[in-house]
Amino acid sequence: MKKTTEQKLPGRRPETDCSSKRRISLLVIFAVLACLGGIISVMKGSVAIPLEEILAVFRGESIGTHQQILMNIRLPRTLVAALVGINLALSGAILQAIMKNPLADPHIIGISSGAGLAGIVVMLLLPEYSWLITPVAFVGAMGAAMLIYILAWKNGIRPIRIILAGVAVSAFFGAGISAMMIFYSDRVHSALMWMVGGLSARSWPHVELLWPYTLAGGFLAILAARHLNILQLGDELARGLGLSVEKTRLLLTAVAALLAASAVSVVGLLGFVGLIVPHAARLLIGSDYRYLLPASALLGAAVVTFSDTFARTAFAPVELPVGIIMAVLGAPFFLFLLRKEL
Amino acid sequence: MALTVEKLGVSIAHKVILHDLSVKFPSGKRTAVIGPNGAGKSTLLRTAAGLNSNYCGTVRLGGTDIRTISRRAMAKKLAILPQGATVPADTTVRQLVDYGRFPYRSWFRPGNAQKDREAVEWAMGVTKVEQFANRQVQTLSGGERQRAFLAMALAQQPEFLLLDEPTTYLDIAHQLEVMEIVTHIKEQYGMTVVMVLHDINHALQYADEIAVLTDHKVIAQGAPRDILTVDMLAKVFHVKADIFTNSQGAAVLSPVELVR
Repeated sequence: MKKTTEQKLPGRRPETDCSSKRRISLLVIFAVLACLGGIISVMKGSVAIPLEEILAVFRGESIGTHQQILMNIRLPRTLVAALVGINLALSGAILQAIMKNPLADPHIIGISSGAGLAGIVVMLLLPEYSWLITPVAFVGAMGAAMLIYILAWKNGIRPIRIILAGVAVSAFFGAGISAMMIFYSDRVHSALMWMVGGLSARSWPHVELLWPYTLAGGFLAILAARHLNILQLGDELARGLGLSVEKTRLLLTAVAALLAASAVSVVGLLGFVGLIVPHAARLLIGSDYRYLLPASALLGAAVVTFSDTFARTAFAPVELPVGIIMAVLGAPFFLFLLRKEL
Repeated sequence: MALTVEKLGVSIAHKVILHDLSVKFPSGKRTAVIGPNGAGKSTLLRTAAGLNSNYCGTVRLGGTDIRTISRRAMAKKLAILPQGATVPADTTVRQLVDYGRFPYRSWFRPGNAQKDREAVEWAMGVTKVEQFANRQVQTLSGGERQRAFLAMALAQQPEFLLLDEPTTYLDIAHQLEVMEIVTHIKEQYGMTVVMVLHDINHALQYADEIAVLTDHKVIAQGAPRDILTVDMLAKVFHVKADIFTNSQGAAVLSPVELVR
């Protein structure tokens, strides 16, 4: 972070700090990136659709194959990408504050292992019920999160116990996943795609499943921004400032779990977004959650839409799972940010 | 309005920390809690502030059992500054002080912006941190940082201020600075101050009351000159001390050696 110069301007309102101007311009940049990611994702693919034609379709002036591709394939997929990015990034940002741990992400509360095992059981044991994957994975994710919370409960919740219980439960479920893959190694291809997370063939039903969580979760998260700021000060100071630490932590863990579970149940175990995006946003915009939450959400949407476009087009006609692209492009970028700031 | 503790018992991991402890922190005064390391001074302070709910006995804030006071209502009446508080790396002083207004805001009500601003400015003025309002807390020296945290506690506009070793790790100038601020807020605003102190001479000079905590209880309480005697130091700290009178005519205790 750039150090603000020592200066005194009497009567200046805290909202008009010089750094807040910078943070608002960063938010605008992230918003532009997210929009750009969406537009490019809609334009590019095996068939390129120029911008004018997209606009024509939205005005209802164009019909034909392009309209079909746009409305039935590209647009819903792009929306799923954006919503998944928002949900995972918000979830990670919330968890990093309530666990007071920079490594906290949706994995830590069991979301990934729960959804992973549930999804794989359906895929490998009951392939004829593959339409059940999303709801079952959602139940698995929330079930694992609840299990970890119950296991970690002992006169209240301490982050370190959640993290350790999370590691144990994830290892346990992970063993289940590995066992399934070995027993049914002939059917393992779809399971592998699920494990890295991909967006292929995601369409309107998935959008309909995701957006209520994005809306409600996003609303609650923004509402809780001040509480998250206080939680970052540690339990002791937070309690002294009048925050009900246990209650807030429970409520916000639930919000984070729902956000991540909805995303993971739709696209599989897209791990990277929930961990790295909030960190990148924090390095760029600071740790004030009133800015960090919207920044994470916008950056999450931008990262997933861009990565998915790249995953679809770079090696066409082969389509890579977006999870691979994100890790390959995102990890070095994140390391670059880290080196620059520390 | 006083802060009273009646028959307090606290055990942590089956170890008795405080037992049958009663003490009254009178309003409008500075009370210093002294005692050897591990005597439970911090635990007493945390429990009295409502940070520790695992205790038996009663803590009353102006006659009301603190178990019946909501956390938020409590934070408007009483502020506590624990030891070793940390903040995220990029938090500025103004932001930190503004967190002190948290109890006055709720999920949907952003609070009274005008009042909040005034309280923050006032707190920064009293603690003389305005000149680094926009600096990051982490870049400040120990003394400046302690004053910034003090400003956060003051922004809560409490009637009671509880300080856990507020001068530890500070150089002598910053120690006196913190003590002067404490005296100022007590005299100007009638705030009740309870502070854990290790420096016996600070307690002599800056406290109106002394409470001596040892063997799980408060064994003596009263005016500094009556309590902080050569005998008391020998009994509680096992230290032989000489007593002098300084240029201001105040008593100064000087530890000489350990007594076995």
